[in-house]
Amino acid sequence: MDLATLIFWIIAVILVGSALMVVGLRNIVHSAVALILLFAMAAGIYVLLDAEFIAIVQILIYAGAVTILILFALMLTRITGQQSRTNPTNKQWWIALVICTLLGVSIIYAATTSPHAVATVGSDSGQLPAGINNVVRIGQLLYSPTQYSFVLPFEIASLVLLVAIIGAIVIGRED
Amino acid sequence: MPLSAYLIMSAILFSIGVVGVLIRRSPLVIFMSIELMLNAVNLSFVAFSKFLDTADGQMFVFLVLTVAAAEVVVGLAIIVSIFRTRRTIDVDEMNALRG
Repeated sequence: MDLATLIFWIIAVILVGSALMVVGLRNIVHSAVALILLFAMAAGIYVLLDAEFIAIVQILIYAGAVTILILFALMLTRITGQQSRTNPTNKQWWIALVICTLLGVSIIYAATTSPHAVATVGSDSGQLPAGINNVVRIGQLLYSPTQYSFVLPFEIASLVLLVAIIGAIVIGRED
Repeated sequence: MPLSAYLIMSAILFSIGVVGVLIRRSPLVIFMSIELMLNAVNLSFVAFSKFLDTADGQMFVFLVLTVAAAEVVVGLAIIVSIFRTRRTIDVDEMNALRG
Protein backbone atom coordinates (compact mmCIF):
# COMPACT_ATOMS: atom_id res chain seq x y z
CA MET A 1 0.00 0.00 0.00
CA ASP A 2 1.63 3.23 -1.07
CA LEU A 3 1.39 6.57 0.68
CA ALA A 4 -1.33 8.06 -1.55
CA THR A 5 -3.62 5.10 -0.89
CA LEU A 6 -3.05 5.36 2.84
CA ILE A 7 -3.81 9.10 2.80
CA PHE A 8 -6.90 8.48 0.71
CA TRP A 9 -8.27 5.99 3.22
CA ILE A 10 -7.54 8.23 6.20
CA ILE A 11 -9.22 11.20 4.53
CA ALA A 12 -12.15 9.08 3.33
CA VAL A 13 -12.84 7.76 6.82
CA ILE A 14 -12.70 11.26 8.36
CA LEU A 15 -14.87 12.57 5.51
CA VAL A 16 -17.64 10.04 6.01
CA GLY A 17 -17.39 10.34 9.79
CA SER A 18 -17.74 14.12 9.72
CA ALA A 19 -20.63 13.82 7.25
CA LEU A 20 -22.39 11.54 9.73
CA MET A 21 -21.65 14.08 12.45
CA VAL A 22 -23.14 16.92 10.37
CA VAL A 23 -26.34 14.95 9.91
CA GLY A 24 -26.52 13.31 13.31
CA LEU A 25 -25.39 15.75 15.97
CA ARG A 26 -28.05 17.40 18.10
CA ASN A 27 -26.29 20.72 18.55
CA ILE A 28 -26.35 22.71 15.31
CA VAL A 29 -23.12 24.55 16.16
CA HIS A 30 -21.34 21.21 16.45
CA SER A 31 -22.81 20.25 13.09
CA ALA A 32 -21.36 23.42 11.56
CA VAL A 33 -17.92 22.68 13.01
CA ALA A 34 -18.10 19.14 11.61
CA LEU A 35 -19.01 20.75 8.29
CA ILE A 36 -15.76 22.75 8.35
CA LEU A 37 -13.85 19.50 8.94
CA LEU A 38 -15.72 17.91 6.04
CA PHE A 39 -14.85 20.73 3.65
CA ALA A 40 -11.20 20.62 4.67
CA MET A 41 -11.07 16.86 4.09
CA ALA A 42 -12.74 17.27 0.70
CA ALA A 43 -10.00 19.77 -0.15
CA GLY A 44 -7.49 17.08 0.80
CA ILE A 45 -9.13 14.72 -1.67
CA TYR A 46 -8.90 17.40 -4.35
CA VAL A 47 -5.17 17.72 -3.69
CA LEU A 48 -4.88 13.95 -4.06
CA LEU A 49 -6.65 14.26 -7.41
CA ASP A 50 -4.17 16.89 -8.68
CA ALA A 51 -6.70 19.72 -8.47
CA GLU A 52 -4.83 22.12 -6.20
CA PHE A 53 -6.69 25.20 -7.37
CA ILE A 54 -10.06 23.63 -6.63
CA ALA A 55 -8.75 22.65 -3.21
CA ILE A 56 -7.75 26.23 -2.41
CA VAL A 57 -11.06 27.59 -3.66
CA GLN A 58 -12.84 24.95 -1.59
CA ILE A 59 -11.08 26.10 1.57
CA LEU A 60 -11.69 29.77 0.79
CA ILE A 61 -15.33 29.61 -0.22
CA TYR A 62 -16.75 26.60 1.59
CA ALA A 63 -14.74 26.31 4.79
CA GLY A 64 -14.41 30.10 4.98
CA ALA A 65 -17.42 31.88 3.63
CA VAL A 66 -20.29 29.39 3.55
CA THR A 67 -19.74 27.99 7.03
CA ILE A 68 -19.41 31.45 8.52
CA LEU A 69 -22.62 32.48 6.76
CA ILE A 70 -24.41 29.46 8.19
CA LEU A 71 -23.09 30.25 11.66
CA PHE A 72 -24.27 33.84 11.32
CA ALA A 73 -27.73 32.70 10.27
CA LEU A 74 -27.72 30.35 13.26
CA MET A 75 -26.84 33.25 15.54
CA LEU A 76 -29.55 35.47 14.05
CA THR A 77 -32.29 32.85 14.35
CA ARG A 78 -31.71 31.75 17.92
CA ILE A 79 -33.83 32.93 20.81
CA THR A 80 -31.73 33.16 23.95
CA GLY A 81 -32.80 30.85 26.72
CA GLN A 82 -35.05 28.74 24.53
CA GLN A 83 -33.58 25.28 24.24
CA SER A 84 -34.57 23.23 21.23
CA ARG A 85 -37.42 21.04 22.32
CA THR A 86 -37.71 17.28 21.78
CA ASN A 87 -35.81 15.40 19.12
CA PRO A 88 -34.16 17.07 16.13
CA THR A 89 -35.47 14.53 13.63
CA ASN A 90 -38.99 14.06 12.35
CA LYS A 91 -41.18 11.02 12.82
CA GLN A 92 -40.63 9.31 9.46
CA TRP A 93 -36.87 9.07 9.85
CA TRP A 94 -36.73 5.31 9.34
CA ILE A 95 -38.52 5.53 5.99
CA ALA A 96 -35.99 8.15 4.90
CA LEU A 97 -33.17 5.90 6.08
CA VAL A 98 -34.45 2.95 4.05
CA ILE A 99 -34.94 5.05 0.92
CA CYS A 100 -31.50 6.63 1.22
CA THR A 101 -29.83 3.28 1.76
CA LEU A 102 -31.49 2.03 -1.42
CA LEU A 103 -30.38 5.20 -3.22
CA GLY A 104 -26.78 4.87 -2.05
CA VAL A 105 -26.60 1.17 -2.91
CA SER A 106 -27.98 1.79 -6.38
CA ILE A 107 -25.53 4.64 -7.04
CA ILE A 108 -22.62 2.48 -5.86
CA TYR A 109 -23.86 -0.39 -8.03
CA ALA A 110 -24.06 1.94 -11.03
CA ALA A 111 -20.61 3.39 -10.35
CA THR A 112 -18.94 0.00 -10.05
CA THR A 113 -20.61 -1.73 -13.00
CA SER A 114 -21.03 1.08 -15.52
CA PRO A 115 -18.76 0.52 -18.53
CA HIS A 116 -17.96 4.26 -18.64
CA ALA A 117 -16.74 4.31 -15.06
CA VAL A 118 -14.87 1.02 -15.31
CA ALA A 119 -13.24 1.83 -18.65
CA THR A 120 -11.49 4.94 -17.39
CA VAL A 121 -9.69 3.18 -14.54
CA GLY A 122 -6.61 2.50 -16.63
CA SER A 123 -5.58 6.12 -17.24
CA ASP A 124 -4.54 6.84 -13.69
CA SER A 125 -1.14 8.16 -14.75
CA GLY A 126 -2.36 11.17 -16.69
CA GLN A 127 0.58 13.52 -16.36
CA LEU A 128 0.39 17.13 -17.40
CA PRO A 129 2.93 18.37 -19.94
CA ALA A 130 5.90 20.16 -18.43
CA GLY A 131 5.38 23.85 -17.72
CA ILE A 132 1.59 23.59 -17.72
CA ASN A 133 0.19 23.28 -14.23
CA ASN A 134 -3.33 22.98 -13.02
CA VAL A 135 -3.92 26.71 -12.57
CA VAL A 136 -2.68 27.58 -16.05
CA ARG A 137 -4.93 24.97 -17.59
CA ILE A 138 -7.96 26.19 -15.65
CA GLY A 139 -7.20 29.79 -16.57
CA GLN A 140 -7.03 28.90 -20.25
CA LEU A 141 -10.28 26.98 -20.02
CA LEU A 142 -12.01 29.84 -18.21
CA TYR A 143 -10.94 32.92 -20.10
CA SER A 144 -9.42 32.05 -23.44
CA PRO A 145 -11.39 33.98 -26.08
CA THR A 146 -9.99 32.08 -29.05
CA GLN A 147 -9.55 28.47 -27.98
CA TYR A 148 -12.08 26.02 -26.61
CA SER A 149 -13.15 27.62 -23.34
CA PHE A 150 -15.98 28.30 -20.94
CA VAL A 151 -16.22 32.08 -21.33
CA LEU A 152 -19.98 32.21 -21.77
CA PRO A 153 -20.86 29.95 -18.78
CA PHE A 154 -18.41 32.02 -16.76
CA GLU A 155 -20.22 35.25 -17.64
CA ILE A 156 -23.59 33.65 -16.91
CA ALA A 157 -22.25 32.52 -13.52
CA SER A 158 -21.33 36.12 -12.72
CA LEU A 159 -24.89 37.12 -13.62
CA VAL A 160 -26.22 34.43 -11.27
CA LEU A 161 -24.07 35.83 -8.49
CA LEU A 162 -25.32 39.36 -9.15
CA VAL A 163 -28.94 38.20 -9.04
CA ALA A 164 -28.24 36.30 -5.81
CA ILE A 165 -26.71 39.38 -4.19
CA ILE A 166 -29.65 41.59 -5.13
CA GLY A 167 -32.12 38.90 -4.10
CA ALA A 168 -30.48 38.47 -0.71
CA ILE A 169 -30.56 42.21 -0.10
CA VAL A 170 -34.22 42.46 -1.08
CA ILE A 171 -35.30 39.43 0.97
CA GLY A 172 -33.20 40.21 4.02
CA ARG A 173 -34.06 43.89 4.23
CA GLU A 174 -36.02 45.05 7.27
CA ASP A 175 -38.88 47.24 6.20
CA MET B 1 -6.69 4.52 -6.20
CA PRO B 2 -9.16 3.41 -8.87
CA LEU B 3 -11.88 5.75 -10.01
CA SER B 4 -14.59 3.61 -8.43
CA ALA B 5 -13.18 4.28 -4.94
CA TYR B 6 -13.77 8.00 -5.38
CA LEU B 7 -17.18 7.40 -6.90
CA ILE B 8 -18.23 5.11 -4.05
CA MET B 9 -17.11 7.67 -1.48
CA SER B 10 -19.02 10.34 -3.37
CA ALA B 11 -22.12 8.15 -3.41
CA ILE B 12 -21.88 7.55 0.35
CA LEU B 13 -21.54 11.26 1.03
CA PHE B 14 -24.47 12.04 -1.25
CA SER B 15 -26.68 9.49 0.49
CA ILE B 16 -25.77 10.88 3.90
CA GLY B 17 -26.73 14.32 2.61
CA VAL B 18 -30.09 13.03 1.40
CA VAL B 19 -30.69 11.47 4.81
CA GLY B 20 -29.94 14.81 6.44
CA VAL B 21 -32.32 16.70 4.18
CA LEU B 22 -35.09 14.20 4.78
CA ILE B 23 -34.90 13.63 8.53
CA ARG B 24 -33.69 16.85 10.14
CA ARG B 25 -36.11 19.56 11.25
CA SER B 26 -33.78 22.53 11.40
CA PRO B 27 -33.50 24.31 8.04
CA LEU B 28 -29.88 25.18 8.80
CA VAL B 29 -28.93 21.53 9.07
CA ILE B 30 -30.89 20.90 5.88
CA PHE B 31 -28.74 23.58 4.27
CA MET B 32 -25.57 21.94 5.49
CA SER B 33 -26.78 18.62 4.08
CA ILE B 34 -27.41 20.26 0.72
CA GLU B 35 -23.86 21.61 0.78
CA LEU B 36 -22.69 18.09 1.60
CA MET B 37 -24.51 16.72 -1.45
CA LEU B 38 -23.04 19.44 -3.68
CA ASN B 39 -19.60 18.54 -2.35
CA ALA B 40 -20.17 14.88 -3.14
CA VAL B 41 -21.03 15.81 -6.71
CA ASN B 42 -17.95 18.06 -6.94
CA LEU B 43 -15.85 15.17 -5.72
CA SER B 44 -17.01 12.91 -8.51
CA PHE B 45 -16.54 15.73 -11.04
CA VAL B 46 -12.93 16.18 -9.98
CA ALA B 47 -12.34 12.43 -9.93
CA PHE B 48 -13.65 12.08 -13.48
CA SER B 49 -11.61 15.12 -14.49
CA LYS B 50 -8.47 13.44 -13.23
CA PHE B 51 -9.12 10.03 -14.71
CA LEU B 52 -10.22 11.34 -18.11
CA ASP B 53 -7.21 13.65 -18.06
CA THR B 54 -9.11 16.82 -18.84
CA ALA B 55 -9.82 19.95 -16.80
CA ASP B 56 -13.42 20.30 -17.96
CA GLY B 57 -14.72 18.63 -14.80
CA GLN B 58 -12.98 21.26 -12.70
CA MET B 59 -14.78 23.92 -14.72
CA PHE B 60 -18.07 22.34 -13.77
CA VAL B 61 -16.96 22.38 -10.14
CA PHE B 62 -16.55 26.14 -10.48
CA LEU B 63 -20.06 26.53 -11.83
CA VAL B 64 -21.43 24.32 -9.06
CA LEU B 65 -19.55 26.45 -6.51
CA THR B 66 -21.14 29.59 -7.93
CA VAL B 67 -24.63 28.17 -7.81
CA ALA B 68 -24.02 26.82 -4.30
CA ALA B 69 -22.87 30.22 -3.07
CA ALA B 70 -25.90 31.92 -4.61
CA GLU B 71 -28.20 29.31 -3.13
CA VAL B 72 -26.71 29.69 0.35
CA VAL B 73 -26.97 33.47 0.29
CA VAL B 74 -30.59 33.56 -0.84
CA GLY B 75 -31.63 30.63 1.33
CA LEU B 76 -30.14 32.04 4.51
CA ALA B 77 -31.77 35.40 3.77
CA ILE B 78 -35.11 33.60 3.45
CA ILE B 79 -34.52 31.75 6.74
CA VAL B 80 -33.70 34.96 8.60
CA SER B 81 -36.74 36.62 7.04
CA ILE B 82 -38.99 33.74 8.12
CA PHE B 83 -37.58 33.95 11.62
CA ARG B 84 -38.40 37.67 11.78
CA THR B 85 -42.06 37.12 10.99
CA ARG B 86 -42.78 33.83 12.76
CA ARG B 87 -40.16 33.69 15.57
CA THR B 88 -39.35 30.08 14.72
CA ILE B 89 -37.53 28.27 11.91
CA ASP B 90 -38.66 24.71 12.57
CA VAL B 91 -39.63 23.27 9.20
CA ASP B 92 -42.51 21.33 10.78
CA GLU B 93 -44.08 24.65 11.81
CA MET B 94 -43.99 26.07 8.30
CA ASN B 95 -47.38 24.85 7.15
CA ALA B 96 -48.89 28.11 5.89
CA LEU B 97 -49.35 26.59 2.42
CA ARG B 98 -51.19 23.50 3.68
CA GLY B 99 -54.18 22.74 1.48
